[in-house]
This record gives sequence, C-alpha cells and structure tokens, in this order.
Amino acid sequence: MSDFIQANLPYILAGISVGGQYALIAIGYTMVYGILRLINFAHGDVFMAAGLIMIFATASLPMYISIPLVIIATVLLGVVIERVAYKPLRSAPRMSVMISAIGVSYLIQNCALYFTGGLPRTYPAIPWLSDSITILGATTKRVTAITPILTIILVLALVLFIKKTKVGLAMRAVSRDFQTSRLMGVKIDTVISMTFIIGCLLAAIGSLLYFTNYQSVTPTAGAMPGLKAFVAAVFGGIGSIPGAVIGAFLIGIVENIIKGIGWTTFSDAFTFVLLIVILMVKPTGIFGEKNTDKV
Amino acid sequence: MSNILEIKDLKVNYGGIEAVKGVSFDVEEGEIITLIGSNGAGKSTILNTIVGLVKAASGNVIFQGQDITNKDTNYIVSNGITLVPEGRKIFPDMSVLENLKIGAYMRNDDLSKDIEWVYSLFPRLKERSWQLGGTLSGGEQQMLAVGRALMSRPKLMMMDEPSLGLAPIIVRDIFSIIKEINNQGVTILLVEQNANMALKTASKAYVLETGNITMTGSGEELLHNEAIREAYLGT
Repeated sequence: MSDFIQANLPYILAGISVGGQYALIAIGYTMVYGILRLINFAHGDVFMAAGLIMIFATASLPMYISIPLVIIATVLLGVVIERVAYKPLRSAPRMSVMISAIGVSYLIQNCALYFTGGLPRTYPAIPWLSDSITILGATTKRVTAITPILTIILVLALVLFIKKTKVGLAMRAVSRDFQTSRLMGVKIDTVISMTFIIGCLLAAIGSLLYFTNYQSVTPTAGAMPGLKAFVAAVFGGIGSIPGAVIGAFLIGIVENIIKGIGWTTFSDAFTFVLLIVILMVKPTGIFGEKNTDKV
Repeated sequence: MSNILEIKDLKVNYGGIEAVKGVSFDVEEGEIITLIGSNGAGKSTILNTIVGLVKAASGNVIFQGQDITNKDTNYIVSNGITLVPEGRKIFPDMSVLENLKIGAYMRNDDLSKDIEWVYSLFPRLKERSWQLGGTLSGGEQQMLAVGRALMSRPKLMMMDEPSLGLAPIIVRDIFSIIKEINNQGVTILLVEQNANMALKTASKAYVLETGNITMTGSGEELLHNEAIREAYLGT
C-alpha cells in the first residue's frame, strides 16, 4: 500500500489539486441550480473566459492588477449573462432557460474564437504559484499544494456565509420557495444576482489555479472541466455545496490515479461512467435534496 | 374609525380567467374583517393581489390613503401589510428562530424584543426554537407562520385559511390568538372557508361568490342569516 502511494504520489497530489479546481467550478453549478433549478451550461465557458481575460490583461498590465481585474470581469460577465439571458425567462418553462444557457455557452465560445483567432493562447506564469516545490519527494508546482487549501478555506467561508448572514438566509429561503420569500420582502432578483456573483467569483479563482497547470487556453478549454464539475455536482446531489465539493475531489483524485496506473485514455471515461451510474442508482446524488419529515 | 385598507372595483385575471370581477370593500383600522366564500370564489387571489404577488387588471388598492396597486411586494411588506399564506408555507429546512428572522427581513433594527413577543404569544415556539420548521406539527407550523408574519411589525395582517387542515381544538387556539393579536393593535383581514369560526371572530364580514361580493354584514348578523347558514354553515 505504502509503495503504491509512494509511486503514485505525484498523481494523487495532482488529483487533489485538480479536484479542488473542479470544486470551485462545481459550486457555481450547484448554487445556481439550487436557486433557479437551472443547469447553467454557460458556466464552464465563463471559466474559460476568465482564463482568456487573464491572458489579455497580463499582456499589458502587471500581475497585481490583472488578477483582481480577472475576478471582477468574470463576476460582471456572470451577472450580465443572468440579466440578459435568464432573467427575461423567469416565468418561462425550465426548458427554455436551459436552451438559453446552451445558447450563451456557444456565444461565449464563438466570441473567444473571434478574439483568439482560434489559436491556443499561452497562459502567463503567475510568479509565486508556478514555482516548483517538493512534497515528500515529489516535485510539483506550488499551485498543487495551494489549491486544496484555498478551496477548503473558500468553501468553509461560503458555508458560513450561507448559514450565518442575512443574505445567506435569504438565499436559503429563495432556493426553497420564491413566492413565500417575496412575501418576506426578499428581492428575488438581488438574491439571484448574488448567486451568480459567488459562482463566478469562485470560477475565476478556479481558473487562475487551473490554467497555471496548463500551458494554454483555447475557446473550448472550459468544456471539459465544466462537464466534470457538473458531474461532480450531480454526484454530490445538485443543490448541495458540500456534495459538489466531495464529488469534485473524488473525480479529480480517481481520474489521476487512473492516469497513474497507465490508463490515461480512460480517465475521462471514468467521470462519465460515474455520471451514468449515479443517475441510475441514486439520481438525487449523495446529498440530494432531503425532505424533512415530521417526528 | 378610519379605513386602513380600501379595495375599489378590483378586477384580477388569474390563470386565464377573471377570478375577481370588480370587488370593493373596506377594512377598518383595529378590526377583524373576514372574507368568506367557497373554493374558487377568489378569496386567495384578492389577498395575493393586495400584497403584490398577483397583478390587478384594474381597480385600486389603497392602504392608509396611499395607492399601492401593483407595487412590489417588498415595498408593500415594508409599509406594514403582511400575509400569512395558505398552507402556512414555513421554511422546512430552517430552524424556528431562522423562520422568525426571515419574517423580519425588511427590518434592520434589533429583533430581540419582537422575538420575545412572538414567543410570549406562542410559548410552544420558544421550546422548539432550534428545531427545524418541517418537523413541527400542523398547528405549530401555523403558529410559526403567524409569528413569522408578526416579525415584520405589520399594521395589517392578512391570513389565508389559517384553519386549513387543523384539528378543531387547534383551530380554537389559533382563533383566540388572532383575537389577542388584534387586541394588541394589529388589524386583521381573514379569509376562511370555516365560516362558523370566522364569523364568530370578525366584526364585519363579506361573502364572496365567484369573484363578486354578494353579501355584507356584521359577523353576528351573517351568522344568523338563513342563506348563509344553508350555504356555509351546513345547518
């Protein structure tokens, strides 16, 4: 066992790291679903857009301005998407909103294609994050160690925010019942915007960490991590934040262990087999919406 | 006594039909007023329109002399109207205390006095303040829904079928609390199918039939009216 761990340590570390990055994307899926019952297919593309914004920003601005700029621009993008593509469909059937989300996804990808000319753009090295470090004899980038720590801190902060603050209370109310929340005086649209702000903020941070490990960003670079984060959210029980995080770490780790064994070709397949199995066995996921029973 | 709420020739379309066909009535300040009527008469639609959840096609809702027709719900709630919705609609995943806190969402001042007030009206809620709303019994959920509504410090509390699905003894409790709340200065507009209880409690009653008001009188008068007894009291 310890031999196995020693031999596969780089893969396990990479798995924990990429799991954390998936988790930061998955929270956006799960929160938006929790409030709007919408699978926001554009979320992976917002993640990709954050990567491109970083590339274009660092071309002319220093790093310490670029990073906050990326986060702000990504959040704005998310809020604008919600206002333009989803809000007008508030009372429309759910399928219409989902089709609108797919449309936004293609729109972002094609805009990216236009701005990049279809060529992969080199992602800048973020100085401190890209440095090499050694953990238990395995050499890796510092981002590998930072990602899971940062992810857990952000998730805990988010859970506390939802549990303890007034806005969090309103978010929980809206996710349960629009009409009654309005009766309490909650402004539904403000709460929905807040959800997109949080989701896109985390996706922007996730993109900084994720693309540091990869050399380039292409217009479809958000599709695969987006899909995997989506599967993580479904696995954990869509609507549940802890569920999405656990699902994301699981997918990240297993995927990389599969690569370590030498079955790299099948590492993506694992994620989607997992999706099929979970949909057949427990469609509500491990922490799926529970109904509180009377005692 | 002045009117806290005036409804003038209110028409509402709901689900493709004209659910309310030109209804007018007044709610006097400090009173308990009831709207009775059978299923589908338009009672809930009227309450939902007053609080801004449903848009009126025409007519006016005047609250304390101000026209609030089709204003946003959060504006109306912050001006002092609250609705205890049909079926209670408490938040099942929130604790009793959190349910009360969300009732005061519009307020930014200290809530501790109001929480104590609600707990004094419903001691049972105090015992269960950390329990999840969904685990309460039907009667306790109704108490929580009323308590939650009171947390917004309403001048007018509207209640949609508070007796629905509750045992008769619990219904009596709820109605005595309604009277108590009214004594403490909150005007009450009550919508009920349980006409007997409603008429005994209310100072003035309106009978609603398929979107029109067909009869008006004091609760006492209507309670002894032959037609009402036959149609709504089953005697």
